[in-house]
Amino acid sequence: MKILVAVKRAIDYNVKARPKSDGSGVDLANVKMSMNPFDEIAVEEAIRLQEAGKAGEIVAVSVGPAACQETLRTAMAMGADRGILVQTDDEVQPLAVAKLLKALVDKEQPGLVILGKQAIDDDSNQTGQMLAGLLGWGQGTFAAKVEIGDGTASVKREVDGGIQTLTVKLPLVVTADLRLNEPRYVKLPNIMKAKKKPLDTVTPADLGVDITPRIKLVKVSEPPARAGGVKVADVNELVAKLRNEAKVI
Amino acid sequence: MSSLVIAEHNNQTLNVATLNAVAAAAKLAGDVHVLVAGHNCGAVAQAAAHAAGVSKVLCADAPHYAHALAENVAPLVVGLAGAYSHVLVAATTSGKNVMPRIAALLDVAQLSEIIEVKSDDTFVRPIYAGNVLATVQSLDGIKAITVRTTAFDPVATTGGTGTVEAIAAGPDAGLSQFVGEELTKSSRPELAAASIIVSGGRGVGSSENFAIIEALADKLGAAVGASRAAVDAGYVPNDYQVGQTGKVVAPQLYVAIGISGAIQHLAGMKDSKVIVAINKDEEAPIFQVADYGLVGDLFKEVPALVEALSK
Ligand SMILES: Cc1cc2nc3c(=O)[nH]c(=O)nc-3n(C[C@H](O)[C@H](O)[C@H](O)COP(=O)(O)OP(=O)(O)OC[C@H]3O[C@@H](n4cnc5c(N)ncnc54)[C@H](O)[C@@H]3O)c2cc1C
Ligand SMILES: Nc1ncnc2c1ncn2[C@@H]1O[C@H](COP(=O)(O)O)[C@@H](O)[C@H]1O
Repeated sequence: MKILVAVKRAIDYNVKARPKSDGSGVDLANVKMSMNPFDEIAVEEAIRLQEAGKAGEIVAVSVGPAACQETLRTAMAMGADRGILVQTDDEVQPLAVAKLLKALVDKEQPGLVILGKQAIDDDSNQTGQMLAGLLGWGQGTFAAKVEIGDGTASVKREVDGGIQTLTVKLPLVVTADLRLNEPRYVKLPNIMKAKKKPLDTVTPADLGVDITPRIKLVKVSEPPARAGGVKVADVNELVAKLRNEAKVI
Repeated sequence: MSSLVIAEHNNQTLNVATLNAVAAAAKLAGDVHVLVAGHNCGAVAQAAAHAAGVSKVLCADAPHYAHALAENVAPLVVGLAGAYSHVLVAATTSGKNVMPRIAALLDVAQLSEIIEVKSDDTFVRPIYAGNVLATVQSLDGIKAITVRTTAFDPVATTGGTGTVEAIAAGPDAGLSQFVGEELTKSSRPELAAASIIVSGGRGVGSSENFAIIEALADKLGAAVGASRAAVDAGYVPNDYQVGQTGKVVAPQLYVAIGISGAIQHLAGMKDSKVIVAINKDEEAPIFQVADYGLVGDLFKEVPALVEALSK
């Protein structure tokens, strides 16, 4: 069973994003970029399934500008076998990403597609569910545990009330939640090896997908800042403030 | 045109998050209808019909709707969506699971976690862990929306005079099956609904030590939350996690104990009315958003706080 993994190049999770002063977009000049953290978890899961003998080839896919090659090399240094870059400098929104991934799934015929549950830049939490819908496949979203069986997968999902278990038919789409696994660190020799792994580049036009955005960004702004608070000397002062000043207890 | 809100429920009771979504829908032009897809869910349909502002409830009752499986619910909604300008659901794990599938099948984009309705096609939504607010305009015919519940006060549970209309169920897609669930049982208020939340982080140190956090929560009648680090370390179950990728909360009072204040955590609680932080590191970023900060060792301060509250 081949696995396709989607990896997005996104702002590094340690960086605090800021709007540009003219409100036209987010200021990403000289900002550190990394693989979206949930996608590292997705790649790790694919590798573990391969190591357990449950999966064959792992193909990593990224959609975006040429710089996404770096993200694909990271995925390959972790253990993915090859990479596909769907290259474009245009904005690609989740529905378009899902359509591009569908086109690649039609070509590559994987038995499992793993994505992150959410990209930490747009915070959409959409692409995996959209892909599953377009493919007419089952979906195991927000996965905390995935077990591949005979023709089905058992997926434990992180839901609002706790953990839910589903059985989903193969092929399926899984989206990775935080507790699915802990991604491995990339070792230097593997970075060297990854440079030799195949990386193909295609364009949205090659795949016959129209990526025109359906959502227009009108403007961005900073959320209202909280007024600065005070330090209290001890618990008695705290209780007094909460009772008499804030009046919340 | 009108809006269709997908109800969240457990076949017996309507989840309040639905009332937040109805509140968002009420800000749009046209009527508000609610879809209840479930099994033996008549009581839920009645409850939805009584919610303020709801003019009609569509009820699809079939065994394969019992667990809100996206593969079954999405085609049902897609079949109805042509009659609506907006399809909305609360941004709970259930809503987030199903709405993108609906949007893709309708070939429309989804607007995730809106916090404000500017007009029938323009909305505000947080991005980048809430550090940026984006005003976005949908260019699609049908707007598929998930609603951040903390941004819209729930409509009243009474006052609605909606009619309940049974609609035909679609087929079972047969792609997925519900096996079971382990739900966290607690006598404390739910995180999403609590007016006071006491959260613990890595500083709490162990699951046994969380009793200190719980004691304070019980004193305040509060819900218990946690940072990702505390969940990952196994101190508390996953559904306690507050943050960018956990639950977003906005209680009257949020008490962060032994939590440093990473941007991912702040994303989930910085809209709380009053924030208290207890941390032994006076440089901890949590103090930048706290209305009241107490620098000290939580093992000493929290029990002392419980005692001070008893006075
Ligand atoms: C993709 C992604 C998503 C994430 N999503 C979330 C999310 O949704 N929610 C979330 O919370 N995090 C999330 N995180 C993790 C986040 O980046 C932080 O790692 C996490 O919030 C840290 O938790 P913490 O504050 O409990 O731990 P730490 O950062 O380790 O802080 C512990 C604090 O406890 C204090 N302390 C220690 N001992 C004591 C004591 N005895 N008395 C008083 N204070 C003490 C320390 O001074 C310190 O400030 C996410 C990370 C990533 C990469
Ligand atoms: N441009 C992209 N390239 C590759 N994968 C993507 C891209 N955008 C989204 N994804 C995948 O979809 C997941 C969810 O993203 P989103 O729906 O944008 O929150 C991410 O974690 C990735 O796995």
